[in-house]
Amino acid sequence: MGDFTFQELTSILAMQGFVGISLFSVLLLMALGLAIIFGQMGVINMAHGEFMALGAYTTYMLSMFTRTHYPELMPYYFFFAIIASFLVAGIVGYLTEFALIRHLYKRPLDTLLATWGLSLIMQQMFRTFFGSREVSPALPDWLMGSWMPTDSIFIPINGMFVLGLTTVVTFAVYYLMYRSSWGLNVRATTQNRVMSGAVGINTKQVDRLTFALGCGIAGIAGAAFTTIASTGPTTGSLYIVDTFMVVVFGGAASLFGTIASAFTIAQAQSILEFFISSSMAKVLTLLTLIIILMIRPEGLFASKVRK
Amino acid sequence: MMNFFIERFLGGKQGAVAIGILALLILVIFPLALDLFRLNLVGKYLTFAFAAVGLVLLWGYGGILSLGQGVFFGLGGYAMAMFLKLEASDPESTAIQTTPGIPDFMDWNQLYELPWFWVPFESFTFTLLAILVLPALFAYIIGVAMFKRRVGGVYFAIITQVIAVILTVLIVGQQGFTGGINGITDLRTLNGWDIRTDSAKYILYFINALLLLAVIMISRFVLTSKFGRLLLAMKDKEDRVRFSGYDVSNFKIFIFCLSAVISAIGGAMFTLQVGFMSPSLLGVVPSIEMVIFAAVGGRMSLIGVVYGTLLINFGKTGFSETFPELWLFFMGGLFIAVVMFFPNGLAGIYNKYVSKLAFLQRYLPAIKLPKSKADTQSNASSSASTSDNAAEGAKS
Repeated sequence: MGDFTFQELTSILAMQGFVGISLFSVLLLMALGLAIIFGQMGVINMAHGEFMALGAYTTYMLSMFTRTHYPELMPYYFFFAIIASFLVAGIVGYLTEFALIRHLYKRPLDTLLATWGLSLIMQQMFRTFFGSREVSPALPDWLMGSWMPTDSIFIPINGMFVLGLTTVVTFAVYYLMYRSSWGLNVRATTQNRVMSGAVGINTKQVDRLTFALGCGIAGIAGAAFTTIASTGPTTGSLYIVDTFMVVVFGGAASLFGTIASAFTIAQAQSILEFFISSSMAKVLTLLTLIIILMIRPEGLFASKVRK
Repeated sequence: MMNFFIERFLGGKQGAVAIGILALLILVIFPLALDLFRLNLVGKYLTFAFAAVGLVLLWGYGGILSLGQGVFFGLGGYAMAMFLKLEASDPESTAIQTTPGIPDFMDWNQLYELPWFWVPFESFTFTLLAILVLPALFAYIIGVAMFKRRVGGVYFAIITQVIAVILTVLIVGQQGFTGGINGITDLRTLNGWDIRTDSAKYILYFINALLLLAVIMISRFVLTSKFGRLLLAMKDKEDRVRFSGYDVSNFKIFIFCLSAVISAIGGAMFTLQVGFMSPSLLGVVPSIEMVIFAAVGGRMSLIGVVYGTLLINFGKTGFSETFPELWLFFMGGLFIAVVMFFPNGLAGIYNKYVSKLAFLQRYLPAIKLPKSKADTQSNASSSASTSDNAAEGAKS
């Protein structure tokens, strides 16, 4: 590190930190969906990465559609794309719960295997429909470019947009889970399924919508992902392990824990990446996480519920 | 003595017949019916069956799902490959390198001497020991850290998967020390014996098949012991076993280590038969594929998983030769179907339907047993396997 002046080092840290923030945003969006599904329902969704890819492909399709049919709407399509990604991934998630997951609630390890099978099928579908080449949507102009607070710091606008989107979604999830009557139903079902059913909550409906919501948020993650990288059939599977680490490390069922752990993991990885090779950065980050998890298996912020 | 052997190592009369049929198939029928190329492929598939047998012990009976079985397969394979690579890199055949006598990929990556952890692998005895001891040691460390703190179920699965990711990234990243993404290739001789000749391939196939049968028998011995029954009890009601005064975590550590060693033997045999070892055999995908083999064959059946492994791999080779696009659809669909409708896999289907066919009972009296031990066990546990931790948490 001796080759850098102090000022250069600060700029590097700021910029790498911002790269980390883009990664953090996508990881957090993925992890929010996964934490809802895993934390609230105990279901391991190995196809979660594919739901993200589904959102990304939806955004891509919509951008192609807008460009050929309504080119004058190009600057605005991205907002519709976010909503469309949420809906498409959510609806597919809803159907998945109906066809697959609801039969396996009593066998959590088996949900892991069945959803892995689903992820294989979805990957091959992406490959059949979109080809194995990576695609990226035509982004509106206002998402391009970067903002320069000083001469040596470049902050990309798409990164800031994704951060803003993540913030909005996080608050929406918080409101939905902890401030709305529907969230109350979800949490009641998590804590005591039988009693919740007895007091008149339609627990099956709650399960289905929770799963759909989790998948829908993964779809939003996909839309956000298109602004920072291109999408291929196996994109989702690259992020799934990291996302699981975020959820497990943060302590399942803890919203704040998920945010903190996504931030820690993303920042650690992207700042280390500048100084050592990216593969070693990943190894070091994951290794540290495992060691921390061995000391504190319940994660950073465990929910204080007696099991 | 003979009875003891049949009961404990073969699993009773029915088990003896089953293992006899398997032995007949892999020791006589395959070598006679298949040409050397196909036989070598079968040999490769059978090395994966080691990992699947390990998963029967760990997952089927122990109830611990490891998504990192490929790690141990890879450890065994790499240990063997390192020895073979050092033997293939003698100073004469590597004379054109900057530093003769070290593996070629080290030379390409500007390494000028053998790294310290490669040095012991010049000894064949050390390598053989390493294949057995290294995976056990590694599994022991992970096991102590996890099971002593009562990390289990889903968390264990995810953490073992992360370990598989770490090892893959590490091997790919440290090209100079490990051969990188290409792995360790161009292996030639084992203690001067050329492993690439036809006769060597036959011999290795038979060694591999016999080792597999031996491993199945040892596993059967473990499962029919008191320990095996405790293992099953632990899977169904862990707390009750713990409250009876048993140290549950030690049982889990032991079975994890045992399944690691079994996988590692498979890995070493893979290297010998296929002639290379690469990170593509120990990452997330191969590890989950090993779970698929076990699930399709029947997670409670030591013999079923061998058929499961063979079937899936034949299917994979056949499909990817003719319809490469359909393979993943088929695989994914098969996986969902097995998990949802046949949780006990091929062995479950066999026990439920085939073994009851009347004509079989007339002509093969050996199969005619009221209800086999394995069958009742698997039925008992399929109803009880519903009581995994998370479901308990949701209920309580």
